[in-house]
Amino acid sequence: MSTTTETAIQELADRKYKYGFTTDIPMEAFPRGLSADIVRLISAKKGEPDWLLAWRLKAYEAWLRMEEPHWARIQHPPIDYQSLYYYAAPAKPAPKSLDEVDPELLKTYEKLGIPLNERAALAGVAVDAVFDSVSVATTFRETLAKAGVIFCPISEAVREHPELVRAYLGSVVPAGDNYFAALNSAVFSDGSFVFVPKGVRCPMELSTYFRINARNTGQFEHTLIIAEEGASVSYLEGCTAPMRDENQLHAAVVELVALDEAKIKYSTVQNWYPGDAEGRGGIYNFVTKRGACRGRNSKISWTQVETGSAITWKYPSCILQGEGSVGEFYSVAVTNHHQQADTGTKMIHIGRNTTSTIVSKGISAGRSNNTYRGLVKILPGAAGARNFTQCDSLLIGNECGAHTVPYIESRNASAKVEHEATTSKIAEDQLFYCRSRGLSEEDAVGLIVNGFCREVLKELPMEFAVEAQKLLAVSLEGSVG
Amino acid sequence: MLEIRNLHARIGETEILKGVDLVIPDGQVHAVMGPNGAGKSTLAYVLAGREGYEVTAGEALFNGQDILAMDPEDRAAAGIFLAFQYPVELPGVGNANFLRTALNAIRKKRGEEELDAVAFLKLARAAAKQLAIKEDFLKRNVNVGFSGGEKKRNEMLQMALLRPGLAILDETDSGLDIDALRIVAEGVNALRDGKFSALVITHYQRLLDHIVPDVVHVLANGRIVRSGPAALARELEASGYAGLEAA
Repeated sequence: MSTTTETAIQELADRKYKYGFTTDIPMEAFPRGLSADIVRLISAKKGEPDWLLAWRLKAYEAWLRMEEPHWARIQHPPIDYQSLYYYAAPAKPAPKSLDEVDPELLKTYEKLGIPLNERAALAGVAVDAVFDSVSVATTFRETLAKAGVIFCPISEAVREHPELVRAYLGSVVPAGDNYFAALNSAVFSDGSFVFVPKGVRCPMELSTYFRINARNTGQFEHTLIIAEEGASVSYLEGCTAPMRDENQLHAAVVELVALDEAKIKYSTVQNWYPGDAEGRGGIYNFVTKRGACRGRNSKISWTQVETGSAITWKYPSCILQGEGSVGEFYSVAVTNHHQQADTGTKMIHIGRNTTSTIVSKGISAGRSNNTYRGLVKILPGAAGARNFTQCDSLLIGNECGAHTVPYIESRNASAKVEHEATTSKIAEDQLFYCRSRGLSEEDAVGLIVNGFCREVLKELPMEFAVEAQKLLAVSLEGSVG
Repeated sequence: MLEIRNLHARIGETEILKGVDLVIPDGQVHAVMGPNGAGKSTLAYVLAGREGYEVTAGEALFNGQDILAMDPEDRAAAGIFLAFQYPVELPGVGNANFLRTALNAIRKKRGEEELDAVAFLKLARAAAKQLAIKEDFLKRNVNVGFSGGEKKRNEMLQMALLRPGLAILDETDSGLDIDALRIVAEGVNALRDGKFSALVITHYQRLLDHIVPDVVHVLANGRIVRSGPAALARELEASGYAGLEAA
């Protein structure tokens, strides 16, 4: 395309990440580095029971014996795990109610567009706000409690509902599952806990907003969501971080459990700081997310819009154990500049007549690399299992890459697995058509990209779909070329 | 008023337009006919601002503005509309959303208030009705799965909503049956209000039975070689373009 186009691209590419500010409040942090003592310190800080400390230490031992995985299509300099802080939290004691939350923190979340004041909050959405290593506020808890729904920081759940946490923690993602999950299990400091009892439809959208603020600090949250028989819940997470020149590590674990006829919808709008246009800084987002459809006709649906992070490594998965259970994965992953994403899903069909749907939309711009990596595994007992996978890649410019790596293993002859994949470029004639109708080049790209992602965006809760559309446009600003 | 003077344009090293002179006063419809490869579509694209065409000499003014210096979207805001010979598909983009985004982009550039969804739909439905277009047209994705005739109707719907000062129809009649042809003609005729002008590029006389032009031009080998009244089109239909290059 023309040089004027390229100039316009460059100008837009230089725009700033709007969530890149830092919050200046007194913080408490443990010494750098990781050891059994640090693990003990974290556990003691949280006043945890012995079983949890033992679980953490076991995870730590497992981690020591493991090696950082390098099978994904990502590249980064070695991570010095001993130079990181594994715990950082606002120095003030944890607030008991919203009124006690540090005004600086309230201001921070306000700036991020997440008012924690219940009067100002988005109607119908309860928010748990996690700041570095700890949850700083959770809204609408009383409303939820009336319906029997527990929504609180996991550290609090350990104290208040130890039997539930003990029964489910690590039951979907075992402590030694993989390198980053083991690391998380050893040092996780907070995260959200959701329990929806039998027959209850959670009356509000639940949402956690993760914010990394402190320098050289890793964020390791562990989220656990349980929907009992016939229960349903929709949960959304959002994430941002300040702009910093060094890379920061985010290694989370999310576990979902759905019993008979239960439904869990888990949506992510990930907008961690992606690094600058030259590839300096940005978050390493190494996350393990897995849901277990344990009950008959249970359903777990993952929807993700991944626009941020220097590197994204995550494969939200479903273990389809219950007969007739349903797994879904809807993903939009956008990479621009020097971002790298290796993301996808695993659908493990164990039960009879289980079905899964995978719709992945990868958009690559700049010099980025975007990989879909997915596994559909049909075990011998999964008679009548069905999978449909659709992977579409959209390339913007000539220096980016899109890769599709689907693995299919079927060990039941009655299973039906379909895979469709396309790769396209935004065509010059599409852009010209839009521009000849009065749209600017940027608006035209936004429109075409949103059209490309429509099947995924329509899966997002209404309140967030519009936000996600805007985010897509912003992430790709200045990428035409 | 559109004033084209001594317009030269090339694609790569190949010169396609070799000095086009053409003036369309307000309120007039001019037809441009000519053999394949004469430069008809190139003229349309150069006026609308498509990339890949290099203007090497001459000028094109619309209402006194030098449009060749403008981006395509600014030309649209200035009132120029190109009905495509091959309308482009936009998967996943709803027709109504596309039309509203386009209309509001143009209104914004003109300093007019943008339309909300309700006001827009009212306008769009009325326009669709006038063109005998079914309402589900608005819900479908832009040109995706449209038949050739539907695509051309969609162009006319866009034109009706964007209300250009100058419409350029690039062989809009190609591949159309007689009903679709009428709709295109009605779309153009409905806008004729004494101010609206059109440049109708066509191979065939038959469209000009429905959109009666004020002037017919023959473009051959990159230049206008003959101009005349509507009757010229019929004459050409009978005698063909042979020998016109020399005229």
